[in-house]
Amino acid sequence: MSTLHTVNKSPFGNATLSSCLGHCLPGDAVLLIEDAVYGALDGSAMADQVKSRMGEVALYVLDGDLKARGIDAGKLVSGAKCVGYDGFVDLVTEHDRTQSWL
Amino acid sequence: MSYQVNGHTIEHDEEGYITTLSDWSKELADEIAKTENIDMTDEHWEVVNFLREYYDEYQIAPAVRVLIKAIKKSMGPDKGNNKYMYELFPYGPAKQACKIAGLPKPTGCV
Amino acid sequence: MSDIKKFLYVNRKPPYGTIYALESLEVVLIGAAFEQDVSLAFLDDGVFQLTRGQNTDAIGVKNFSPTFRALGDYEVTKLYVERESLDERGLTEGDLQEITYEDEDDDWEEKPSIRVVSRAEMAEIMADQDVVLSF
Repeated sequence: MSTLHTVNKSPFGNATLSSCLGHCLPGDAVLLIEDAVYGALDGSAMADQVKSRMGEVALYVLDGDLKARGIDAGKLVSGAKCVGYDGFVDLVTEHDRTQSWL
Repeated sequence: MSYQVNGHTIEHDEEGYITTLSDWSKELADEIAKTENIDMTDEHWEVVNFLREYYDEYQIAPAVRVLIKAIKKSMGPDKGNNKYMYELFPYGPAKQACKIAGLPKPTGCV
Repeated sequence: MSDIKKFLYVNRKPPYGTIYALESLEVVLIGAAFEQDVSLAFLDDGVFQLTRGQNTDAIGVKNFSPTFRALGDYEVTKLYVERESLDERGLTEGDLQEITYEDEDDDWEEKPSIRVVSRAEMAEIMADQDVVLSF
């Protein structure tokens, strides 16, 4: 039993991603979409907190939102996986429930 | 769209619910009841007053089943049942009684 | 009765700055008609929704905080509040309004609906649901 968490706000403007990471259980996945993709930037103020959960929680970033913002995938914390909309759908089906963090 | 009571004009929406809660009066309730083809008896008033008290306390008009359960608890099973309530308000106790009580349409009532 | 699902409404926003909190409460009230196993979670700024003594007279919007006390009538009796979220905001359980329900299975005894839980417990509660609805 696992949960897909989606986050859509930049972690530098509010604490949503932080709260999400604090409520994930091992085996869950976090998918960053829209402005939340900034949360996967390596070397950012958020990076340590993101990386601290990555051993047990899988991190995904929506490719289109990344490209729209001109972020190269090489800039992301290592282990973050880029997915398209088809990958988004796969993630939804692979998990028992989806929880949106608004 | 409006009701006329004692020379006052009181606005209502397209379904007959008054738009300003503080416009309500007993005279207005009688006027709304007329448009619903209901002759207000003590039994009708008991329900209308109950609804107004419920709204005053919780700021919502309760759903029918919640209203009936609450009436049952407060006035007993002879009144807290579907048959009794629909005899008083044939087109739905929540809908008609709320309208007469000057409350908004119950949440979730379509 | 095997088609009863566990629904959790997650509330993370304060009450009046946006419409989220009121919308959540309305969906809960409407959804209660479907007789599912409903719980509410209050975390982060969502805990501010339950504070006592709210008075909206000066801001011209409806004070819907009394409506939480009607949830028991709608058979919504589990309001989980996260202790860490209270702590971070300088709040204690005493700052929240009392919300109770009458337990049908226990001679209608009045019981508290609010259950303060730790962040770890909240994570487990979230993971135990069929459907999670966020506001």
